[in-house]
Amino acid sequence: MRDYVQTAATAARIAEAQARYVHTIDDGNCVEWPEFFVDDCFYMVTTADNFAQNLEAGIIWLDSKAMLHDRILSLFEANVYERHSYRHMIGQPFITSIEGDEVECESSFMVARITREGPTMLFATGRYIDRWRLTDEQALIVKRIVVLDSGYIDTLLGFPL
Amino acid sequence: MDGARPTSETTPRWAEEDGGTRVPYWVFQREDVRRLETDKVFHGPCWNYLCLECELVAPGDFVAVHVGETPVIVTRDADGQFYAFENRCAHRGSLLALEDRGNVKDFTCVYHAWTHSLQGDLVGIAFKDGIKGCGGIAEGFDMSKYGPRKLRVQTVEGMIFGSFDEDVDDLEDYLGEELIGRIARVFNGRTPVVLARFTQILPNNWKLYVENTKDSYHASILHTFFTTFELNRLSQKGGIIVSEEGGCHVSYSMIDRDAEEKKKNASLYSEQKIRSDKDIALQDTSMLQGFKEFPDDITLQILTVFPNFVLQQIQNSLAVRRVQPTATDSTQLHWTYFGFEEDTPEERKIRLKQANLVGPGGYVSMEDGCIGGFVQRATATASGERAVLAMGGYDIGSGNDRITEASIRGFWTEYRARTGL
Repeated sequence: MRDYVQTAATAARIAEAQARYVHTIDDGNCVEWPEFFVDDCFYMVTTADNFAQNLEAGIIWLDSKAMLHDRILSLFEANVYERHSYRHMIGQPFITSIEGDEVECESSFMVARITREGPTMLFATGRYIDRWRLTDEQALIVKRIVVLDSGYIDTLLGFPL
Repeated sequence: MDGARPTSETTPRWAEEDGGTRVPYWVFQREDVRRLETDKVFHGPCWNYLCLECELVAPGDFVAVHVGETPVIVTRDADGQFYAFENRCAHRGSLLALEDRGNVKDFTCVYHAWTHSLQGDLVGIAFKDGIKGCGGIAEGFDMSKYGPRKLRVQTVEGMIFGSFDEDVDDLEDYLGEELIGRIARVFNGRTPVVLARFTQILPNNWKLYVENTKDSYHASILHTFFTTFELNRLSQKGGIIVSEEGGCHVSYSMIDRDAEEKKKNASLYSEQKIRSDKDIALQDTSMLQGFKEFPDDITLQILTVFPNFVLQQIQNSLAVRRVQPTATDSTQLHWTYFGFEEDTPEERKIRLKQANLVGPGGYVSMEDGCIGGFVQRATATASGERAVLAMGGYDIGSGNDRITEASIRGFWTEYRARTGL
């Protein structure tokens, strides 16, 4: 029972942090996205096939919070693309391990893309394979591997997943 | 097919004098052009990139790819040789391979269990002799007369190419000495290892993407990552090489040591790597700190082989790209990122970091995912209008600058010669 309470409380904290994560990317200030991560974080976007075959390169491969910052900066300052936005739906975190203040979990996601010409379309589905660090004050991502279900990416991948 | 526009009955005439300089937009739109390309380009006397040798290590290994829109299986048989044939059952045309890759002893069709060897020969028919003397295949049926079409296969530097036309020139002659040299420069006798594979769906005709890869003119204009952050703005020199027929090319840029030295001496050059404006400075420039991989100073080399292949070196980020049309207005771009078994862990990490530059979300390539769609949409009702390719003159010669469209003109010159358009 005690384990259940601990797991449920942990899941609730992560779910709350992910709700803020989604709000920040989809409706808030995307520039604040790196603030969900620890300084020496790891963030990667790959596909289920590559992940299953242990292929190590990603579509996005960032190993510091500074690189996350740079990614957002480049999207707003340097890269060229038609105006579009994402809408994330993130499922409940499935807690797979709790060790001290570090938690491993997985969450499913769906992301719709909204473009200038044409209706909303389903852009990506997949799962986050995460390691979080939970302290009394904060819940931060140490490692997030974004595993896309499909190996096909339509047009381009810009904003964070 | 989505987005297809009604096309007039006969293929419009493309004025001879347009050469490779004026390109009518109907070539990106018409179903009859698409069919002609299958026949004359992808099934014609051309070499299509299939896969890397390192993807087929053991006998029985296979990959399923496409040549143009035709599904193709590439295998390694027990004799160690590579084979390629249509992914189509000899019997009634079902797909033989239903996975992207794997290891098999043969290809048995799921529909009626007709069996094909690793070389694409029909070798077995289920219930060939019937059951209890009833049924079975017709008397005198000769299995050797049936089978998926085979491709001629040749390799260069660990890459496998295939052609549906037996009479195609040898790959070595097709590529030419200069291109082979530039391919060998990248592989340099090492053992490639696949680091990841991604497929990008492009909302445009395949030729708009091919034009883009041959377009050294757009690079610093559309892709502003390096210029925005004023990263490593070492003086660059470079040029392009266009193959004799026009359809293959190399575009490259390299550090200009002389110019660097002059600037230093004149104290006109600051060592500063990023803008003074702190708001738009990169915080982590480790991505750009490459390692010395090649004996020359070439930091970027894009090489294309007519019709479907790109070999990319952007600093230490290496990839092959296979272009696959799926409709007049849709293309699949298959990326394979690679490194080498010889990489040290530090070198490998640099490749993983620099892979951020390329691919569907790459800092210097994401724009290429949408630019072809902009052309496709803008020209939808401008079939008879023509693009103009006049940068660097009107010829298709090699040269020492990159502000030129010579390699795109080269592509169209060879394309017209092969299709008769």
